[in-house]
Amino acid sequence: MKDKVIAPLPAGQDSARDGGADLPRTGAPATVREQTPLQRHFAEFCESRIAVAGLVVLVLLCLLALFAPWVAPQDPYDLSRLDIMDSRMEPGKQSMDGLTFVLGSDGQGRDMLSAIIYGLRISIGVGVASTLIALAIGMTVGLLAGYVGGRTEAVIMRIADIQLSFPAILLALILLALLRPGLSNIVIALVAVQWAYYARTTRGAALVERRKEYIEAARGLGLSPLRIVFRHLLPNCLPPLIVVAALQVASAIALEATLSFLGLGVPVTEPSLGLLISNGFRYLLSGQYWISFFPGVALLITIVAINLVADRLRDVLNPRLQTH
Amino acid sequence: MLAFIIRRVLQSVVVLLAMSVIVFAGVSVLGDPVEVMISPDATQAEREATRVAMGLDKPVPVQYWRFLTGALSGDLGKSFAYGAPAVDLIVERMPATFELAIAAMLIAIVFGIPLGLWAGLRPNSVAGKTIMTGSILGFSLPTFWVGLMMIMLFSVYLGWLPTSGRGDTVSVMGIRLSFLTLDGLTHLLMPALNLALFKLSLIIRLTRAGTQEALLQDYVKFARAKGLSASRVVGVHVLKNIMIPIVTVIGLEFGGVIAFAIVTETIFAWPGMGKLIIDSIAVLDRPIIVAYLMVIVIMFVVINLVVDLLYSVLDPRVRLANE
Repeated sequence: MKDKVIAPLPAGQDSARDGGADLPRTGAPATVREQTPLQRHFAEFCESRIAVAGLVVLVLLCLLALFAPWVAPQDPYDLSRLDIMDSRMEPGKQSMDGLTFVLGSDGQGRDMLSAIIYGLRISIGVGVASTLIALAIGMTVGLLAGYVGGRTEAVIMRIADIQLSFPAILLALILLALLRPGLSNIVIALVAVQWAYYARTTRGAALVERRKEYIEAARGLGLSPLRIVFRHLLPNCLPPLIVVAALQVASAIALEATLSFLGLGVPVTEPSLGLLISNGFRYLLSGQYWISFFPGVALLITIVAINLVADRLRDVLNPRLQTH
Repeated sequence: MLAFIIRRVLQSVVVLLAMSVIVFAGVSVLGDPVEVMISPDATQAEREATRVAMGLDKPVPVQYWRFLTGALSGDLGKSFAYGAPAVDLIVERMPATFELAIAAMLIAIVFGIPLGLWAGLRPNSVAGKTIMTGSILGFSLPTFWVGLMMIMLFSVYLGWLPTSGRGDTVSVMGIRLSFLTLDGLTHLLMPALNLALFKLSLIIRLTRAGTQEALLQDYVKFARAKGLSASRVVGVHVLKNIMIPIVTVIGLEFGGVIAFAIVTETIFAWPGMGKLIIDSIAVLDRPIIVAYLMVIVIMFVVINLVVDLLYSVLDPRVRLANE
């Protein structure tokens, strides 16, 4: 069922199972005809070496984040293990009890590598969580607008338009100024900032799709509107949404880092990469660069990897480029 | 055209009103500013006196009404922390922010358009590819981190540029400006460059895409067939046609630059509106927060309106479609 979901061509639930393969548009060579769409897309994705590199790095980063407690050399938030004597050690120096600070230590004698791995966890977690929630909300609202039309559509799209005319950072800042910083509040702010992108994308796709024959056929069969929207319309609106979501994860992570840097994001007890960078700011002027530098490098690698994967996804999933 | 303008202005007023309600309602449920303002060992009577003095004893709708009628006469309350009218404080810091934003925008335009043209005309050359890779990097780099790294490199290690502040300013018609003194310029350079980075990447990409598209058009082929020099084809025929999207984006992005200046100002301790709002959020200085948000919202509504109108002036197709 999963392969159906990413089908680039309007292969409605009730249309022929191998739907896309007979259409001349795909231009797929005869040998790949037996492949599922997912396999085909994956093979196409792998044609770009740099995108594969991005994907590998991304998977590694996610694994690091997921298994942080087992991977990190030290539990950076177990205060009993920290020794103030170890504070601000240069990269490569050893701590009092023999741990090597590969990336140096911060003002409280915390191993930067461990802090970064834990920070990665918060950054990626916040980015992915906010993107998924915003996707769910934006998708529902966008489908509603695209399928129902009329006044509902006008009101929803007007709100989205107005919201999108303000920069994301400003809206998030306003919300966090009102809500106070905190892990769940930053997710709320990021969701509020992002939903409109998905609503707009979904509506655009839904407007195109709803005029197609398979929707008419589903209506003719007397299926309920809910079933038509979620089982027939939605799967065919997914490709552009996946691309937007992939790009948005990167910008959500960057935005969270920026807000945390300003002191409006995550709490001090759960520092993301942005807050780690912010913590190192005051040591920067005395030449102790590593406290800010390495978390920034980690952030940069994460964002670049996501962007590489998302760019390739856009090429692979774009039906207009499929003919080439 | 007139109907279009009236509709847009009305819509803008509605947006403003809605924003004022949202902002005010939100700020009213913020933490208690009295607790922040007054020393912890103040008596209950002193607290009450402060509360009344700040108008916080009235019901929220009354506070909003006072706020709205005040706002219409340009009075958004007095800052708790500075004791001065909030609007004055913001207006006072506005030139610094505008100076920074305009400098950043100029850097982005002056470097972005030629680089984008170059990359568009020679997409497969080493220079073209380097420019594009650079612009991708510019998109991915977290701006605030780049700012810190700039401070590290140019101030701490090389000692070339100052780390913070505006430096010497010159007063022109009562407005303090940094870019007219050498000291001010050295202070301005790094923050402006930092703020410009993202927009520079954006303009490079836009210009490149526009150039590549324009080169395929018949009018360019015709201009070449006429025997015009390459520089005239590019400088007049191509550039003129790709300017429409670029001008639109520059207009729209100017608001974004002002918003993002919050981050740059915080890093470089640039005394503009952005730094003021971050400081005010930290101490819950309500009137400043509200006033800043209202000023920003008005600014955006005006920018969007102007860009819409400019667009129809610049692009005859839009104008003709409206008429």
